[in-house]
Amino acid sequence: MAADRSLLSVGRTRAQASARKRRRGGLSLVYVPLVLLSIGFMFPLFWTLSSSLKTPQEINTFPPTWVPAVPQWRNYIRVMTRVPFLLWVRNSLYLVVLGTAGTLISSSVVAYSFARFEYRGRDIMFLITLGTMMLPAQVTLIPQFVLFHKIGWVPSMKPLWVPAWFGGGAFNIFLLRQFIMSLPYDLDEAAIIDGASYPHIFLRIIVPLCKPALATVAVLSFIGRWKSFIQPLIYLNRQETFTLAVGLSYFQNLPEQPGMPTQHLLMAASVLAIAPVLVLFFSAQRYFVQGIVLSGIKG
Amino acid sequence: MSPASNVSTTIARRQERSLLAKIVGARSQLAVRRATWGYIFLSPWIAGLIVFVLGPIFASAYFGFTEYDIIDSPTFVGLANYRKAFAEDRLFWPSLWRSLKYSLIVVPVGLVGSLILAMLLNRGVTATNLFRTLLFLPSLTPTVALALLWKWLFHPTLGPINTVLGWVGIQGPAWMVSKQWALPAIIIISLWGSMGGGRMLIFLAGLQGVPQSLYEAAEIDGAGVWGKFWYVTLPMISPTFFFNLILGVIGALQVFTLSYIATLGGPSYATWFYALHIYRQAFEYYRMGYGAALAWIFVIILLIFTMLQLNLSKRWVYYAGKG
Repeated sequence: MAADRSLLSVGRTRAQASARKRRRGGLSLVYVPLVLLSIGFMFPLFWTLSSSLKTPQEINTFPPTWVPAVPQWRNYIRVMTRVPFLLWVRNSLYLVVLGTAGTLISSSVVAYSFARFEYRGRDIMFLITLGTMMLPAQVTLIPQFVLFHKIGWVPSMKPLWVPAWFGGGAFNIFLLRQFIMSLPYDLDEAAIIDGASYPHIFLRIIVPLCKPALATVAVLSFIGRWKSFIQPLIYLNRQETFTLAVGLSYFQNLPEQPGMPTQHLLMAASVLAIAPVLVLFFSAQRYFVQGIVLSGIKG
Repeated sequence: MSPASNVSTTIARRQERSLLAKIVGARSQLAVRRATWGYIFLSPWIAGLIVFVLGPIFASAYFGFTEYDIIDSPTFVGLANYRKAFAEDRLFWPSLWRSLKYSLIVVPVGLVGSLILAMLLNRGVTATNLFRTLLFLPSLTPTVALALLWKWLFHPTLGPINTVLGWVGIQGPAWMVSKQWALPAIIIISLWGSMGGGRMLIFLAGLQGVPQSLYEAAEIDGAGVWGKFWYVTLPMISPTFFFNLILGVIGALQVFTLSYIATLGGPSYATWFYALHIYRQAFEYYRMGYGAALAWIFVIILLIFTMLQLNLSKRWVYYAGKG
């Protein structure tokens, strides 16, 4: 018996040792591609930053220099004076804040209904909700435009944020519903016995417990709205109302002075468009990753 | 009041209650109250669904049979828009085919690429978090900036890509301004912007969800690295793979912004995608009727693809819970 056990343990340690050896041998097989891929993935961003700090002369030299001779920080100031860049940032933020607020409020209310109430048609409604996630935006784009045109909202910013207040999108409803369903029902029940109303339970129990999921929805909504292009492109037609994404595309087509490259300015503008997303990502990385992962698991 | 009438009013009240209860599907007074609140909380989404999703779907189905420039009211033209798309529009088939071709490359390469990245990260080496972040950052780039910065990277003479190709003696193509290379360039941009993104994180979570005991069992059965991948990893993450595949196809077929910004569909229509074609017809020529017809053709194609994948999935997707 004892001999058996020792034999087993020997076998085990030997297996562990060989596994360790294999792992060590395989380590370079992991590190080398990871390092190379990381460099490949980061290079375009590095190149953008580097180009944004060059002089017009330097950006036009061949072969290109990898790092600017003297960083031209004033390129960034030039961007802001050449086009109403700060106004575009303000417009983008305006839409992001209004849209995200609407998304948070309405999607959590709807998710609460799906997760905690029983009524006829609930499951069919939920299936339809999931189905809308597979719908390509193109099919609703035209009739929505017609609708907003008819009620006089074109051109304006309203079509870009008002819909967010009506449900906040299928994905966010889904994400919050899953989260609420994972919360223990005892708290709700205790509150019901104490005579609390459902809005009270929602505000005092569900919302505080949902904070991590709400943060996830907020982060994803922020980035999605910051990135969005085709909708603002359709609904905004004056320079002063452009969002940053639409402004960037306009900036690209701005007539150049003859012989004067604008690539360095364009790259500086791109850096400015990417920066806020990166800042948000680094400050809320946990929520971000959680949200994406949650979306995949139940799929 | 006689006991009899008392009983009858109670019965009447109960019947009344049961009528409302029947409508909301509830058994007791409490359940009726609860169901009513459920509807109240659901109501923003019902309104949103009708006004912004379902209504527009039916509206665009109708517009598809009309000629409509948004200023005058729509005039019914029957199947003329569809006939025009299939028979007269010389950009219809090429743009549809181009979007398909793009998806046929971007979806499989992107899926396999994301899976490989996730598997590398799943080895749990030191600094995994750093690598994960570095691989993820490109996907945060707004698409407009993505197109702008890659257009500059692909510059035929001043761009770093052709410079590096020049070091190894390759004369790089003109990329964005070449009829032949513009589409491959767009594909490269798209892969860079998506491979390390959400899809990779979803795969990573899927890989981490595979029970270690299965690998141990496979090892005892003599499975090598490849065997473990083929018989354990792949079946276990097949639902994740399927989810990413469905969303990947839907997303890829809608490619628009990259070519709108970087090439405007050119040169000579080399990157003229189907979504760009819809946009042009609807929002530049204000042919809302024709645009709606094009959008509906698109939805039907996507539907066919999704159904096809759902059917095929029964053969290769394994749901552990179902045993």
